Amino acid sequence: MNEKQWTPRIVAFFCNWCTYTAADLAGVSRLKYAPNMRVIRIMCSGRVDPQFILEAFAKGADGVLIGGCHPNDCHYAEGNYKMLRRFQLLQRMLKDMGIEEDRLRLEWISAAEGEKVKTVMNDMVAKVTAMGPLGMPGRFADWDKEMEHLEAAVATAEAGQPAHSHSQQEVKHA
Amino acid sequence: MDNQRNEPRIGFYVCHCGTNIAGMVDCPAVAQYVSRLPNVVLSRDYKYMCSDPGQELIQQDIREHRLNRIVVASCSPLLHEKTFRGATEKGGLNPFFFHMVNIREHDSWVHTDKQAATEKAKSLAHAAIHRVRFHKPLEVKQVPIHPAVLVVGGGIAGIHAAMTLANAGKKVYLVEREPSIGGHMAKFDKTFPTLDCAACILTPKMSEVGAHPNITLWTYSEAMKMEGYVGNYTVTIRHKPRYIIEDACVGCLECIDACVYKQPKFFDEFNMGLGKRKPVYIPFPQATPQVVLIDPETCLNLKTGKCKKTCVEACADRKAIDFTQKETFSEIKVGAIIVATGFKSFDAQRIPQYGYGTYPNVYTALEIERLVNASGPTGGEVVLRDGKKPKSIGIIHCVGSRDHKTNRWCSRVCCMYSMKLAHLLKEHTEAEVYSFYIDMRTPGKGYEEFYGKLLDEGVQFVRGRVGEVTDWAFTKEEEGKLVIRVEDTLAGYVRRIPVDMVVLATGLEPQADAQEVRRRFNMSCGTEGFFLERHPKLAPVNTFTDGILLAGCCQGPKDIPDTVAQAGAAAAEALVLIDKGHIEQEPNTAFIHEEDCSGCKSCIPLCPYSAILFNEETRKAIINQALCKGCGTCVASCPSGSIEQNLFDDEEIFSEIEGVLAYE
Repeated sequence: MNEKQWTPRIVAFFCNWCTYTAADLAGVSRLKYAPNMRVIRIMCSGRVDPQFILEAFAKGADGVLIGGCHPNDCHYAEGNYKMLRRFQLLQRMLKDMGIEEDRLRLEWISAAEGEKVKTVMNDMVAKVTAMGPLGMPGRFADWDKEMEHLEAAVATAEAGQPAHSHSQQEVKHA
Repeated sequence: MDNQRNEPRIGFYVCHCGTNIAGMVDCPAVAQYVSRLPNVVLSRDYKYMCSDPGQELIQQDIREHRLNRIVVASCSPLLHEKTFRGATEKGGLNPFFFHMVNIREHDSWVHTDKQAATEKAKSLAHAAIHRVRFHKPLEVKQVPIHPAVLVVGGGIAGIHAAMTLANAGKKVYLVEREPSIGGHMAKFDKTFPTLDCAACILTPKMSEVGAHPNITLWTYSEAMKMEGYVGNYTVTIRHKPRYIIEDACVGCLECIDACVYKQPKFFDEFNMGLGKRKPVYIPFPQATPQVVLIDPETCLNLKTGKCKKTCVEACADRKAIDFTQKETFSEIKVGAIIVATGFKSFDAQRIPQYGYGTYPNVYTALEIERLVNASGPTGGEVVLRDGKKPKSIGIIHCVGSRDHKTNRWCSRVCCMYSMKLAHLLKEHTEAEVYSFYIDMRTPGKGYEEFYGKLLDEGVQFVRGRVGEVTDWAFTKEEEGKLVIRVEDTLAGYVRRIPVDMVVLATGLEPQADAQEVRRRFNMSCGTEGFFLERHPKLAPVNTFTDGILLAGCCQGPKDIPDTVAQAGAAAAEALVLIDKGHIEQEPNTAFIHEEDCSGCKSCIPLCPYSAILFNEETRKAIINQALCKGCGTCVASCPSGSIEQNLFDDEEIFSEIEGVLAYE
């Protein structure tokens, strides 16, 4: 693992009707793109719960891509608009959490746009590679360690003089 | 069935797909990796999982190893999910205990690094193993369907599809936006390569359609809006006013003779403007239905209100003319829709160097079809616009085809119809005919033989793309003629060929409003703009929306035999659907856990199908399973997490996320 050069891990959520089919088309057309993307199929981009994205980052994804139908083309009429709204809110939130904007990407890719799947995948992999690893699991581990230290410190502090002397004083008073 | 509820016992299969997958992914390594994952009882790699022995293997393993979950890593689920669900069911499990991993379209076919591709396959398989543990047994929903079919477009494709269905005893609505059915084929003179007359084979079919008791024919009408889902579509049809009561008109055409305009003087659409018509007209003699119509743009009475209305007088007690007609709408319910909206001929003015629209003696192929036609504007006499007979004719192939500046595709029919026109023009005028081609494409029964015949007839074939058509004469012979400049790539020099008449073999394009129609019927378009079929080989008439089928040139350029074959196929697909009486719906609907629902109503406005209702008594939301289409938008937005979607549940997707990221 250590000798291997780091490459980004990107989780993609593709809607069944447009983008997943476009990725199939890219395959059938034998287009070539970077192998870093892991596609999870959902019926509609409207199904993407913001928690899926947060979970993906938390579990070690360096980027998340969401693919849906073009505006006005959603198989379910308007699921992609719902995703767009969530995306805009989430992007702000991620920024506050210290996750760069480019790590989350929303793309409209129709079933005919196999070429676009390739372009978007390659472009995103290049951008995320340039940004370097996000390493949320590592950061969580660090925070956990920090918390452990703090807890330990609190515990020793509580076990030490103030609490002790306090109870002693009380005993004395009694 | 008992073992389905116990601890998951997963069987994993990775398919080589010959070398399609195994050539890029190390399948045994994937199988070995998966075998070490929790709950995996059995992990195999096999040459062709979709083959009978492959499916048999799954069934046998389910019985022998008491498997209760199946994961297959092979091609796209859009291709073989059904196959493997079937195998799982035959093995005695609920079919929804199966999950599919796409390592062909999404992996082996798109990557070049074997190691990376294998890693990707492993992590995708890992995700599926994680996910399948949460799968639940589900029942396929059966919904009754409407046994009628709507055919949109009354060209040869629509006509053939409608006839096939109607002859099978099904109710068919045939909607055509022009005043008559027949489409492009009605304009043709002869058909290649047999040279039988287009009208002779088409018009009997047209009148059959008009008279068929099972067909409701609506011409001058358009399908405007579609709602519903497979088996239960509601379509709104707009009927444009033709100012004639169709049922009252007997097609005597006396009103046309009686019109205050003594001579026809308006642009005749059917004859590409080569002929003229009156404000009240019938598009062509064999039009179906045999009903006239009045053009509101040119009719004196409709334009100014001041007219002697001699047509009404001529119509007399038939009283078929109604100047007060307005557009009307009707709503129909159908189970399936066949879209056969055809093509548009390439606009030759987009290539200015060929001079169409500048030089009067440059024609498009469709105009020539009308000129050589006995019922055409000249009665079948081929004459130039000044009335002279052409002594030499040049036919230019690939106008708006195989051209990076306009359309990149081959329109498939132009080589053949150019040769047909070459033959007909030679026959009609005895002129010298030159045919300028890039490659001669004759793939069809009897097509190459037709080419041979034309060579024998002495048509001059020049291989080379024409540079320009000009009237700039260099020599005396060229004066007063159109000069075709072309590099003869067989002779190896640039030639100037003076001719009297130039024919442009224009290519086939998607209809101008193809994008609108695509949206209306929830279809996709390919990059060229033609409607996209579900699978280029195995589902050529289906679209991605169930119950919407394709026929003819709206799906891509094709000749009449192929169009008719495809229309038959589309009709058969529609029959399969409606004869069954019901459809099976993917059980991926959402439902609400009442105990967790807080009654916040967030989900209700999000549902595009109004499938979520609020129960005022219990203060909880309820999802109507019959209306839910399974998009999952409400699931993603429920603040209390009380909505679950079958097949795409939160825990399934979360475990999938964990799985794809679990690789080392």
